[in-house]
Amino acid sequence: MQIPAPFDYARASTVDNALALLERHGPESRILAGGHSLLPMMKLRLARPEWLIDINDLFELDFIVRGADAQGADTLRIGALTRHTTLLESDQVHALFPIITDAEKVIADPIVRNRGTIGGSLCQADPAEDLSTVCEVLGAVAVIRGSGGERLLSMAEFHRGPYETAVAHNEILCELRFAVRARTGSAYEKVERRVGDWAVAAAGASVTLAADGTIEAATIGLTAVGQTGTVGAAADALLGQLPTEALFIEAGRLASVACDPIADQRGPVDYKRHLADELTRRVLRRATERAHASATSTATQEG
Amino acid sequence: MTLIEDHPANPAAGDESRPIGYGRLQRKEDPRFVRGKGHYVDDIVLPGMLHGAILRAPVAHARLVSIDTSEALAHPHVHAVITGTDLQALGLAWAPTLSMDVQAVLVTDKVRFQGQEVAFVVADDRYAARDALELIRVEYEVLPPVMDARTALAADAPVIRDDLEGRTDNHIFDWEAGDAAETDAVFASADVVVSQEIVYPRVHPAPMETCGAVADFDAVDGRLTLYETTQAPHAHRTLFAMVAGIPEHKIRVVSPDIGGGFGNKVGIYPGYILAVVGSIVTGKPVKWVEDRSENLMSTSFARDYIMQGEIAATKDGTILGLRTTVLADHGAFNATAQPTKYPAGFFHIFTGSYDLKAAHCKVTGVYTNKAPGGVAYACSFRVTEAVYLVERMVDILAAKLGMDPAELRLKNFIKPEQFPYANKTGWEYDSGNYEPTMRLSMQMAGYDELRREQKEKRERGELMGIGISFFTETVGAGPRKHMDILGLGMNDGAELRVHPTGKAVVRISVQSQGQGHETTFAQIVAEELGIPPEDIDVVHGDTDQTPFGLGTYGSRSTPVSGGAVALVARKVREKAKFIAAAMLETRPEDLEWEKGRWFVKGDPSVGKTIAEIAMGAHGTVALPEGIDGNLDAEVTYDPPNLTFPFGAYICVVDIDPGTGRVVVRRFIAVDDCGTRINPMIIEGQVHGGLTDGVGMALMEIIEFDKEGNCLGGSFMDYLIPTAMEVPDWETGYTVTPSPHHPIGAKGIGESATVGSPPAIVNAVVDALAPYGITHMDMPCTPARVWEAMQGRPRPPI
Repeated sequence: MQIPAPFDYARASTVDNALALLERHGPESRILAGGHSLLPMMKLRLARPEWLIDINDLFELDFIVRGADAQGADTLRIGALTRHTTLLESDQVHALFPIITDAEKVIADPIVRNRGTIGGSLCQADPAEDLSTVCEVLGAVAVIRGSGGERLLSMAEFHRGPYETAVAHNEILCELRFAVRARTGSAYEKVERRVGDWAVAAAGASVTLAADGTIEAATIGLTAVGQTGTVGAAADALLGQLPTEALFIEAGRLASVACDPIADQRGPVDYKRHLADELTRRVLRRATERAHASATSTATQEG
Repeated sequence: MTLIEDHPANPAAGDESRPIGYGRLQRKEDPRFVRGKGHYVDDIVLPGMLHGAILRAPVAHARLVSIDTSEALAHPHVHAVITGTDLQALGLAWAPTLSMDVQAVLVTDKVRFQGQEVAFVVADDRYAARDALELIRVEYEVLPPVMDARTALAADAPVIRDDLEGRTDNHIFDWEAGDAAETDAVFASADVVVSQEIVYPRVHPAPMETCGAVADFDAVDGRLTLYETTQAPHAHRTLFAMVAGIPEHKIRVVSPDIGGGFGNKVGIYPGYILAVVGSIVTGKPVKWVEDRSENLMSTSFARDYIMQGEIAATKDGTILGLRTTVLADHGAFNATAQPTKYPAGFFHIFTGSYDLKAAHCKVTGVYTNKAPGGVAYACSFRVTEAVYLVERMVDILAAKLGMDPAELRLKNFIKPEQFPYANKTGWEYDSGNYEPTMRLSMQMAGYDELRREQKEKRERGELMGIGISFFTETVGAGPRKHMDILGLGMNDGAELRVHPTGKAVVRISVQSQGQGHETTFAQIVAEELGIPPEDIDVVHGDTDQTPFGLGTYGSRSTPVSGGAVALVARKVREKAKFIAAAMLETRPEDLEWEKGRWFVKGDPSVGKTIAEIAMGAHGTVALPEGIDGNLDAEVTYDPPNLTFPFGAYICVVDIDPGTGRVVVRRFIAVDDCGTRINPMIIEGQVHGGLTDGVGMALMEIIEFDKEGNCLGGSFMDYLIPTAMEVPDWETGYTVTPSPHHPIGAKGIGESATVGSPPAIVNAVVDALAPYGITHMDMPCTPARVWEAMQGRPRPPI
């Protein structure tokens, strides 16, 4: 049994209460959501918070809702305390953003997915974290609350680097917002040494097709290969083009050049670059197929 | 879900529907395990018990400059802090290992591996003990570590064991078997010789329950009760008596339920000794249970063999000879557990299942700055490495000759009429009939159809591999004239008492770590006496309650203790004959046995059951001369030879050519372990061993960086397979009884762990044949497979 250093514990009843507790206990307090990253780190004494503020009673942060945002745009809102399992099992999420379902299938194992949350994953900001890449690919907006109110951040603003985000110690990530787009498909694929291991490498893509079948918008994200943000060069190469295998090969090549992996027990640099290439091609293929299917079903509905 | 009813009785193995004796029977121990009522070392709570924790070295090689425990001692919940200096004063700083070396209990002079024991804190609870570890100040002078066995013998390599008188290098032993000159001659005359470096990387048994102990020393009567996670309670008691100077009759070692051992719980770890010292020092019971990282970083590892293999054959595929030189990394202390005469264990069984003209092996053991241990993880004393070597070499030869690997094996098997078979390195194989087992596995697999499918897939650029392994195990150590551990002969006792009402208790020396002893041994008694297994209690794991014996490892429980139990039951049966004769007022020679009763020859209606005889024995029946009034017996069994189980395994893999990811699609395992006592337990053992094999072949490795940091110190880094990585196992069997074993049983515990890794690696290499690959080393992770596909496979160490 691995044993953490001493800590204190408080159970928050509301978001406001959680914010007050964070304020009261200062920078050495940490939010406990699913706990599947924080608790192992505490047991290894790599993390030593003085206070844990448990937010598992904050049911107000556990939701998946589709609706118009303030500007009237079709948006899916996902509460930060939504468990991986809920996301994995949501037909609505799968229909709108299959990349989330793809990723959730390969995040850890059922036991971890039953506890782990989307907000916790993003705030942990592990470089091998799958949902960070997914949120970048989907252009998610993070809703953060502090005592001064709410602020909205893009993923570029949210992520500050490995294990580092824009969420201050006295703030809480409350939800993530995803813009719903027509004629769009997305996909995620990961290579791992074993189920439940962190990614050797993974890639995600989202593709939006114009009415004429050309690529209207595309984003490509990579996991665990030292890539910050989405791979702009690879996405740019796709814009305005008809989706072809040759195009995907070029995008894969650009992704493998853009990333900056390090060698570790999961593999050497050249292998990881190869995976960035291979997996980029795979997710672009699948995202495009899904975009076609989405365009067809939209056309059918409209027809 | 597979139900027990789904398995039809197989006539070849006897009547499996029989409720009394051998056959499928749900495990007697499972009700307590499935209800969470198992009782493990960490469940033991004694009045006033304190808790220990070990401070471990952060570096692999360093001189201990100073250690300051004052702050830790000042912690309000700390009772004692013990250092190497304290132990030195007690003469306990060093303890003998199972390989005639010594190992530091706590560092006195120099740290020799990362994770080595430096100090021991005893506190009110485990939290305080851990907190106090952080208050101990240690100054180290870091030394360059020796992390690569290949350079351990270099002239400029730092000397790790400068504690040993006159030691000037890192050499431990050279050991050889077979005839070198004869082998050289055979190789010189062969048409074809192929050679290959084959690495079996360091892996770890990683039992679900880590190691631990609760020591309770009673200062008044000088009695030590030690609850331990041990596979060998009696051997531990004797060694504690020898090491700690506590008289053996004052020591009671209890091994309660054990959550997996696989060889990890054979040796005596410093933590056990420290718990005892802690109890002596504080006068209170002390519990010490290691955490997962401590288990992975400091307890007995397995393998770490670098093998240069060579195989010689005629061009038509007759295998002539095999030779190998091995560099064996034993870590910082030579603490492997094996019979004294065999420093490389039973590695010299590496001639496998083939009839060779000559064979020779030479093994060189070296010290490195890695954790000690070396024989663990269900390896049958290094048969694992031996089988891996020969089964890889045969496949490499098949590739060279352009022969089908199944055909090459069939052509070279030892023939049934050659048994008992004396191989070229000193073994006498007791029995075998290899071809039917091989043919059955091929039939179950649909071997020819698989090859056709593979051909079609290759034409489409898909990577599918079919791997075969045919292994011969050598288990059941062993005959006392050849085998001992630290002078203790490897025999097992058994005691059987039949109570007056015909219920019985059998006491055995081996300790179950999940193997189902409480069921299997009851079934052996049931088979011999004809009383139901549920009427027989099996007592084990407590030295005060059981006869002496060497413990459970090397698949020895059924071959050795199983023999002892069968013989003690037969002794009771014979005694019962005399008592029955007295009861029936007839002569013993006029009685005949049928399962459960003695009856009068020619008049089967007149007889006495075991229960009736038991009551008679304890009752008022006038007993014949020399027969005392009970139905009890005891034996110690000295097996005449080891037993040689065997099996044919076929693995089918698919590899994603874009990522190098290997999926084990099918695995067919046909085992022959001789007489099958409980087929359900056998299948469970095989399933577990096959899963281990997938782990070793595809993902498991304890790696170190150049500075000596262990890179496998948690389950995030050291991967073991899950249900997602293993296929639905397809098992089959043949039955070739051991001719010398009392019931013909051979042992099954490690067959699958031994036999499966080569089948999987052979399948991976077979899948990669289009890339010109003939060998790659484990673990076949996606990255390593991809590297092989690029034409640059590399050894893992």
